[in-house]
Amino acid sequence: MTVVEDNLKGRPEAAPDATAIELTGISKSFGPVQANKDISMKVQRGTIHGIVGENGAGKSTLMSILYGFYKADKGEIRIGGTPTQINNSDDAIRAGIGMVHQHFMLVQPFTVLENVVLGAEDGAMLKPSLAKARTLLTELAREYELEVDPDAVVGDLAVGFQQRVEILKALYRKADILILDEPTGVLTPAEADHLFRILEGLKREGKTIILITHKLREIMAITDTVSVMRQGEMTATVKTADTSPTELAELMVGRKVLLRIEKSPPNIGETLMEIRGLRVRDPDGVERLKGIDLDLKAGEILGVAGVAGNGQSALLEVLGGITAASGGTVTMNGRALDLSAQADAGERRDHGIAHVPEDRHRLGLIMPYSAWENACFGYHDRAEYSSPKGFLRRTFMRDDAREKIEKYDVRPANCDLKASNFSGGNQQKIVIAREIESNPDILLIGQPTRGVDIGAIEFIHNQIVALRDKGKAVLLVSVELEEILALSDRIVVMFDGAISGERLPQDTDENELGLLMAGIDPKEGPQ
Amino acid sequence: MKFVTALMGAAALLGSTVTAVADGHVEIKPAVIFDLGGKFDRSFNQASFEGAERFKQETGIEYREFEIQSDAQREQALRRFAEQGNNPIVVAGFAQQSAMEAVAAEFPDTQFQIIDAYVDLPNVRSVVFKEHEGSFLVGVLAAMQSESGTVGFVGGMDIGLIRKFACGYVQGVKSVNPDATVIQNMTGTTGAAWNDPVKGGELATGQIDQGADVVYHAAGGTGRGVLQAAADNGVMGIGVDANQNYLHPGSVLTSMLKRVDVAVYDAFKAAQQGKFEPGLEVWGVAEEGVGYAVDENNESLLTEDMIAAVEDAKAKIISGEIQVHDYTTDDSCPAS
Amino acid sequence: MKKTLPAWADVVLIPAINVFLAFFVAGLVVIFIGEDPIRAMQIMINGSLGSSYGFGYTLYYATSFVFTGLAVAVAFHASIFNIGGEGQAGVAGIGVAIVCLSLDQTHWLLTLPLAVIAAAMFGAAWAAIPAYLQAKRGSHIVITTIMFNYIAAALLVYVLNQVFKVPGSMSPESRRFGEGAQIPRLDQMADWIGIELSRSPANISVFLALLAAFGVWVLIWRTRLGYEIRAFGFSDKAAVYAGISPVRIIMITMLISGALAGLMAINTVMGDLRRLNLDSVLGAGFVGIAVALMGRSHPVGVILAALLFGVLYQGGAELAFEIPAIPSQMILTIQALVILFTGSLENMVRFPVERLFLRFNRGRA
Repeated sequence: MTVVEDNLKGRPEAAPDATAIELTGISKSFGPVQANKDISMKVQRGTIHGIVGENGAGKSTLMSILYGFYKADKGEIRIGGTPTQINNSDDAIRAGIGMVHQHFMLVQPFTVLENVVLGAEDGAMLKPSLAKARTLLTELAREYELEVDPDAVVGDLAVGFQQRVEILKALYRKADILILDEPTGVLTPAEADHLFRILEGLKREGKTIILITHKLREIMAITDTVSVMRQGEMTATVKTADTSPTELAELMVGRKVLLRIEKSPPNIGETLMEIRGLRVRDPDGVERLKGIDLDLKAGEILGVAGVAGNGQSALLEVLGGITAASGGTVTMNGRALDLSAQADAGERRDHGIAHVPEDRHRLGLIMPYSAWENACFGYHDRAEYSSPKGFLRRTFMRDDAREKIEKYDVRPANCDLKASNFSGGNQQKIVIAREIESNPDILLIGQPTRGVDIGAIEFIHNQIVALRDKGKAVLLVSVELEEILALSDRIVVMFDGAISGERLPQDTDENELGLLMAGIDPKEGPQ
Repeated sequence: MKFVTALMGAAALLGSTVTAVADGHVEIKPAVIFDLGGKFDRSFNQASFEGAERFKQETGIEYREFEIQSDAQREQALRRFAEQGNNPIVVAGFAQQSAMEAVAAEFPDTQFQIIDAYVDLPNVRSVVFKEHEGSFLVGVLAAMQSESGTVGFVGGMDIGLIRKFACGYVQGVKSVNPDATVIQNMTGTTGAAWNDPVKGGELATGQIDQGADVVYHAAGGTGRGVLQAAADNGVMGIGVDANQNYLHPGSVLTSMLKRVDVAVYDAFKAAQQGKFEPGLEVWGVAEEGVGYAVDENNESLLTEDMIAAVEDAKAKIISGEIQVHDYTTDDSCPAS
Repeated sequence: MKKTLPAWADVVLIPAINVFLAFFVAGLVVIFIGEDPIRAMQIMINGSLGSSYGFGYTLYYATSFVFTGLAVAVAFHASIFNIGGEGQAGVAGIGVAIVCLSLDQTHWLLTLPLAVIAAAMFGAAWAAIPAYLQAKRGSHIVITTIMFNYIAAALLVYVLNQVFKVPGSMSPESRRFGEGAQIPRLDQMADWIGIELSRSPANISVFLALLAAFGVWVLIWRTRLGYEIRAFGFSDKAAVYAGISPVRIIMITMLISGALAGLMAINTVMGDLRRLNLDSVLGAGFVGIAVALMGRSHPVGVILAALLFGVLYQGGAELAFEIPAIPSQMILTIQALVILFTGSLENMVRFPVERLFLRFNRGRA
């Protein structure tokens, strides 16, 4: 049998309808964080299986275990019914698993052909491998609508075509099981449709496909079965035909006991901030914000809901002065903010905008700094913290930190401790104390209770409400829907860098928001 | 403090034992200081070492030595040897000049010799060489050997001393063939330029590609690469300082000899005989301080015409009929 | 909560073990070439610390290393790796020479402050270009500072050959500075107060180095700028969040770093050589990296590490004087072993010591 036939026909010994992959009791921890908890899953040969879940739910870890990047602490992997040890990606390839990563693993200056052969050459000479690959590529292209010019340089190709090269690479390595991690994240709708046609073709040929995504519409459109992951656990596996986006959204976000927040009706005042047509492009040229219009009013908490990665972070960072905008305007009290790279976060603070960043480890705190050094971080150039000659007022800094620690009940109440020695909740309290005590007009706050223990959550929520009751505006970004629902006076939902809907908390529920978060507006009906 | 006094005491004790021996020879405790690069640099430090070794083998007299690692050690080593009663103390290299000026003045009873620099003190013998004259001679040979009319020069670090070599060489070449082209390259601007045979080889190969069929180097350890490249490309190399003809027999046309070894040996010998004479000595072709090397490795390479021409040039330099310009007198070269 | 080592173990015990290991291995090498390691050790210690003469030399080398070590340390606090101390000190030598050659008919009390300013400015200027390229263009500063070391060497050769060279002299060096540019040596200063010391190149720059170390301590731990430098060094993203401009921090830190490296020229060019030549730096810029690593980028640590390297340099020279059978390469080997054990193999000692402490603590608890 020639290689070409072998690749196209799949492995003949496997019976149809057999189990392609079976995972039993997979667990994986990174230090204290349990990324995967006792996960079991079964995927039938010749089907498309979707895995949905929020960012950080453990999808990528699970797939990395399957592809040999990580080793599971516990559990068993069976491929085609045989228990298989996957210690590295070579083992995975040998077991017939191919992976198309979210960020392509291609050598940009190489041609398509060279990329496909790379790492799978037969022998020392390149020429025979290239000749063989050329024949195979032509066959595959015809079969699955995977047309790519084999001699084109990968760096010159559009993103959609680069993705095809990744798929071809996997197929060339005789993959029977293809894992695609967020494949449509970088594609235009037309490219995405084409990709789905390719996947359908592969399925018809008996290949098994695992599709990781957080877009429910894609799951509904193409998968046969779907598993839902939440906080490292696999909460459900269902047939796609038997479920609905609403149910999946519910499973994905999870129903937790709603925290009750004592909150008086808002006393909404004038508009503090007007955002018009705000656009942000990241350094890779991907547009993270695609024209945002928002008004932020005094005395309100505006909740921004959305699955992580849909532009909320970009919104916080551009308003906080960390990144520059590529277009649009933001006016505050009638004065336009400088959105260019010239302005910095210090300037935003001078405008009365405080910012509790989503990632306190990376942004909000200097972990090796003690609590008192962190308690004025970002405000350290103000006159109370440093003298005009540039010396730190260390005595005042400590006194000030002690005051904040006491007022915000940070434990242990020791301002000489390094930030890294506090628990997540107490770290967050230090950040929030610092930002709220700066007495801002607008508070930008991202994921206020991520990694925070229950007791601290309530405290933090109360502080946010208290600030709003003082007539300040709060822009709250959270992936926790119940938090959004409980705190917000008004809710906007972001999807794919744009606002997909606006609701009042009393007029909506998690199901509706979940659909909006997946880019489906229930009022317009499913597409 | 105690340490120094102890040393001084020991030195005084040793010093008192210096006596005239029966045959009129003075018992001496010679010392030699090697400059940066160390005694195995295949250049002037090694030549000093060889001269000192020759003296040791002939007389059985041991000598002290020290290899400089940093600038501060130049004075330190000189002072140290002088304090310990070493005499004479020989150093090689122009970089030692300032240190010698300072220390020699402090020890007026010690005899010092410096090579390649002039120190005007009553107890210092300065030996400098007319490298331009020796280079002129090998330039004559290079021009006669060359068929292409293009010859090369690879220098070590780009300093006046090396330009002096280059300038003499060019004058020698032009005296035979006024239309000849001399391609000149310097290896670098740091001390590493003295010991970079790879770059030396690249520079030489570059010159050969441009048509040079004889390449002369004045580049210390870097020169090994130059001679190697010449041999590999089937053209002639010319060695420097010591006789390097043996490195690639048949491919080294000759070597420009600079007798640093003789200068060291002479200093020791003169001191031993009680005839050490301070003052400036300039060793040129006439004094046989510089010259060209002939041995069994290159006898067959040098034709009778070549020998005749170079001997003629030598005679004319000695008689004064040919005045080879010294680059360092006015920092310029009339020929290029 | 992570329980790490007590401070004294981190600052004293581990470096001490590392130095001991380095000397132990070096001793094995000495035995291998047939010499007595104990005697070699005695010569090194005695020769570098046992007399005012030896200690003077040790101090002289240590002074240079304090400056270059501080330069690297300051940059380390901003997570910038300045390997350009060599070139910055070399170029600073030109600045010192300009001041000294033009003002040496005056008095050193006037020349010294001006030379200090010139050294700092020339060193800073030489660091400014790589800093700008890093800050604005993202060119890696390790690469650019290395390249600038070469350019500095070329510049120095050019200046010495074309500008400062004494006509007719063979050597590429400036003329000797006059009386008015000769700063007092330590033995001269001691003489003022009636103490007799042996002559050594250690000079008034020792105090300048201590002053610089104190200044760095104030800068890093007492000023707003130091606070921002450290914050940027720990997390550049967080610094941006706090409104600290990375461009500003990189530029200022490198200017300070270059200025510190440049001050080394006061010690060598003005304090000892009293003229500018090609060999005024000779590796001290690179030793500064080892000194900063070993000194944990703290000024006190830098001073101690600089002293250790001063001992290695001067003790090494004594070794070469006393035991000619130990070649100069051997002394380099010993120095390299110290760098190896304190720099690269630091963790080899750290982990077992940490485990030991952990077990000990658990045993007590």
